Amino acid sequence: MNSLVNRFSTTGAQNELRRAREETEEDDIGDSMWGSVAGFGNLTKSGPTFNLPSVADPTAFLRLHTDDHADPSCRIKIQHGTTTLAFRFKGGVIVAVDSRATAGSYIASGTVKKVIEINKFLLGTMAGGAADCQYWETYLGIQCRLHELRNRERISVAAASKYLSNLVYSYKGMGLSMGTMICGWDKTGPAVFYVDSDGTRLKGDLFSVGSGSTFAYGVLDQGYRWDLTDEEAQELGRRSIYAAGHRDAFSGNTINLYHVKENGWTFIGNYDVSEMHYDGPGNVPGGAPGGYGYEVRTGPSTVAV
Amino acid sequence: MSIMEINGGSVIAMVGKECVAIACDLRLGNQALTIATNFEKIFPVTDRLYLGLPGLATDVATLRERFRFRVNMYTIKEEREITPETFARLVSSTLYEKRFGPYFVEPVIAGLSPVPSASGKPEKWEPFIAATDLIGCLNFAKDFVVAGTSSDKLFGVAEGLWEPDLEWEDLFETISQTLMNAVDRDAFSGWGGIVHIITPDKVITRTLKARMD
Repeated sequence: MNSLVNRFSTTGAQNELRRAREETEEDDIGDSMWGSVAGFGNLTKSGPTFNLPSVADPTAFLRLHTDDHADPSCRIKIQHGTTTLAFRFKGGVIVAVDSRATAGSYIASGTVKKVIEINKFLLGTMAGGAADCQYWETYLGIQCRLHELRNRERISVAAASKYLSNLVYSYKGMGLSMGTMICGWDKTGPAVFYVDSDGTRLKGDLFSVGSGSTFAYGVLDQGYRWDLTDEEAQELGRRSIYAAGHRDAFSGNTINLYHVKENGWTFIGNYDVSEMHYDGPGNVPGGAPGGYGYEVRTGPSTVAV
Repeated sequence: MSIMEINGGSVIAMVGKECVAIACDLRLGNQALTIATNFEKIFPVTDRLYLGLPGLATDVATLRERFRFRVNMYTIKEEREITPETFARLVSSTLYEKRFGPYFVEPVIAGLSPVPSASGKPEKWEPFIAATDLIGCLNFAKDFVVAGTSSDKLFGVAEGLWEPDLEWEDLFETISQTLMNAVDRDAFSGWGGIVHIITPDKVITRTLKARMD
């Protein structure tokens, strides 16, 4: 009888809640999840849930509207052009990225933050789908904090990256697009892991991801040593992203440089790629004097006819 | 990937007061890879007439030579310099010859055309600009014409900056700002620029210091 009364009454906490749910159409949310959860309100039981389009094959439907190789006029465009790099050395980890976002040939933004600050000791880089990287690496931050609270110990970079790779693997074939480097410092020292949406997870000293990665590798490989000083390492990261920004049409604008040390990461600076070309990094520790540009260093060549 | 986006590049031309300006970027790419940053896309036809050819680089080189040949033949046969109007028709018909297998270029023509006078020698010059599509449809504009991979962006900026009867110094500033700001929003154009200002008694050529990414 009580339940019958409750169902048809217009007052009372339960009915308030029921009506609120009807209005927001979020019927999958558990009672404990009400309140401010910074957009992560869909975290019901074990993991997040997503609304799926009500069609026979949701994956095919999504691919139809997102695959811009097959259909350039498709409605959802995913950020493709990027250069990101991270490398491990004596003094920690250097993380450097560009800041360009392109939609086709249009430069949609030159001020994108492609380094995601997961927590004080962990950084993630962004290549591929911007939203995918941003959402899942923030989600990884939540899980890393929960690990800390449960185990009274910071999560290792290996464990954090494995959590992410297992997570994206569970969505394999559904159109997630991310190529990321999870970088940090744990009990074992500096660590870099490459994780992508195919489910690949690699441990290594040196990675570069994105359309400009080949150009970055070129500079990185010839300048890399384990016993680089902090200043030399920062300069190498900066110089590598510059090379990609100059040669790759889909990379450029500015460079964001981070350094992970024993006590967590520090943001070193933001550098304009064109300023690096003409004037160089200026009066920074380890910075080369003068511009990085080929013609700036060697003088103007003859004009091609 | 469109054919225009293989090598990239853009050209713009603007009308001023008794002068015209034509400008291009300097990039030569192979899709995303930037091969060279000194690839000029504007070529002189006569002392007061220039031709801009953005598009597929192989066709840019072919057409540059083809137009040089045809203009030379015209000059020899007619025993006079070609006028911008006549040259525009020459460009148009040369492109339409290849109607069913076109050259992948979007020519831009900028020059000063002589106003006939009683003495026979021209004392006044009238600004002339024109552009065609890849099969030669002529567009005679009174203000500015654009072409290449950043044409839509060039249109937007030019629409905002251009005004009638600019003196050549102001026209230089207008066309330079238009070109540089437009190509900074285009992944396939930029890496430096070059501007030619054509006035009745001289042509001023300046290279622009632009973003290199």
